[in-house]
Amino acid sequence: MNRWLHFASPQRFYPLAGRLMPWLVVSAALLALAGLAIGLLIAPSDAQQGEGYRIIFVHVPASWMSMFIYLVMAFWAGVGLVLNTRLSSMMAQALAPTGAMFALLSLLTGALWGKPMWGAWWVWDARLTSELILLFLYLGFIALYSSIEDPSRADRASAVLALVGAVNVPIIYFSVKWWSTLHQGASVSLTRSPSMAVTMLWGMGIMVLAFWAYAIAVALARVRCIILEREARAEWVKYAVE
Amino acid sequence: MPWNSHWVGVADFLAMGGYASYVWISIGACALAVLIESLQLRRRHRAAARRVSQLRGEA
Amino acid sequence: MGWIAVGVLSLGVATAFTLKAFNSNLVFFITPTQVAAGEAPQARVFRVGGLVKSGSVDRSEMTVRFVITDTAKEVPVQYQGILPDLFREGKGVVAQGKLDGQGRFIASEVLAKHDENYMPPEASHALAQARNQAGTPPQPERTP
Repeated sequence: MNRWLHFASPQRFYPLAGRLMPWLVVSAALLALAGLAIGLLIAPSDAQQGEGYRIIFVHVPASWMSMFIYLVMAFWAGVGLVLNTRLSSMMAQALAPTGAMFALLSLLTGALWGKPMWGAWWVWDARLTSELILLFLYLGFIALYSSIEDPSRADRASAVLALVGAVNVPIIYFSVKWWSTLHQGASVSLTRSPSMAVTMLWGMGIMVLAFWAYAIAVALARVRCIILEREARAEWVKYAVE
Repeated sequence: MPWNSHWVGVADFLAMGGYASYVWISIGACALAVLIESLQLRRRHRAAARRVSQLRGEA
Repeated sequence: MGWIAVGVLSLGVATAFTLKAFNSNLVFFITPTQVAAGEAPQARVFRVGGLVKSGSVDRSEMTVRFVITDTAKEVPVQYQGILPDLFREGKGVVAQGKLDGQGRFIASEVLAKHDENYMPPEASHALAQARNQAGTPPQPERTP
């Protein structure tokens, strides 16, 4: 426990994040290359959708990340709210833009998939609508933080928004089960064996890992920026930057 | 699973069975987003580091 | 200042969407069984979803006629326009439109609903053959 608390101060975390980043960037690049090679070159075409289904290799990872990052963001925002730890709130702020980007990519790639297959760029079904709400929650979180001058007050206000909005994540996930939607059900879930050919599954799994590595790398890069910006006058920062 | 059992050529691969624009724009959009975010973060870090140096100079 | 406007605006939009969704769109479509039970709105546009009944598709010039089934009840549909790539007999479909006086559904939009199974054509073919050999009729896809 003490070892983890050791890194809970921005001063200790800043160089650690800097050391981890190159490894994560390289992993993300290699995994993305492998995932795309499997997904685009090796995986067979789909019986129903032909080659068009290959959008899945970016659509599903982007969608999963958009939901998962929100939960992690809400978690850190909550920790910052309760324990008043500076680094946790910074972590939440660092995750938001990347989560918003993945939500946007999920909607965009989904539209590009829906048009040829379903026959519509967009429909107001529960899955698509709740994912759009997720994007607006991210934007609201970022905007609320930026609108309040004092960082610690801004952290607290946006943390409340993040925690309230977390209700939306299970709604997105279970929307296809709870209501009749145009969007199909989950191909991969914890409760049942995946309904995908094995090579397709490998391609998707590796792309998910690539997106994970990328998201962590970017979140660390952004939290380093935030640390420098917020602690610019701290004594240690003078020696952290060459 | 043999390597590329269904490979029939570059043109065919790029055509994506008629779904070329949808598939390639999807992948391209993701690549572009990653590129923009990376460049933006690099700029932000440089700006933050510059400000720290300035403050150090004033002190 | 600009960010406050964006924040208020996006929260407002999110709330509006949530209300819109919870109001009418949680149920994206109703089933032929519900239509048969008289649950369909009379003079208003709504959506029916189910499977395209095998052998029911009839294309004559600009008009397509087909039957949507949930294996219990059926709704005959008439549609003029472009069908999506995945519109196929025995597969999922969602049509938007109105009922005419004779229980026929006049669709203004037809969307394909695909399932969550992804497999190569050979595997799909083998699966269909195995089903035929087992003597069981091809199973309808899980209707939502």
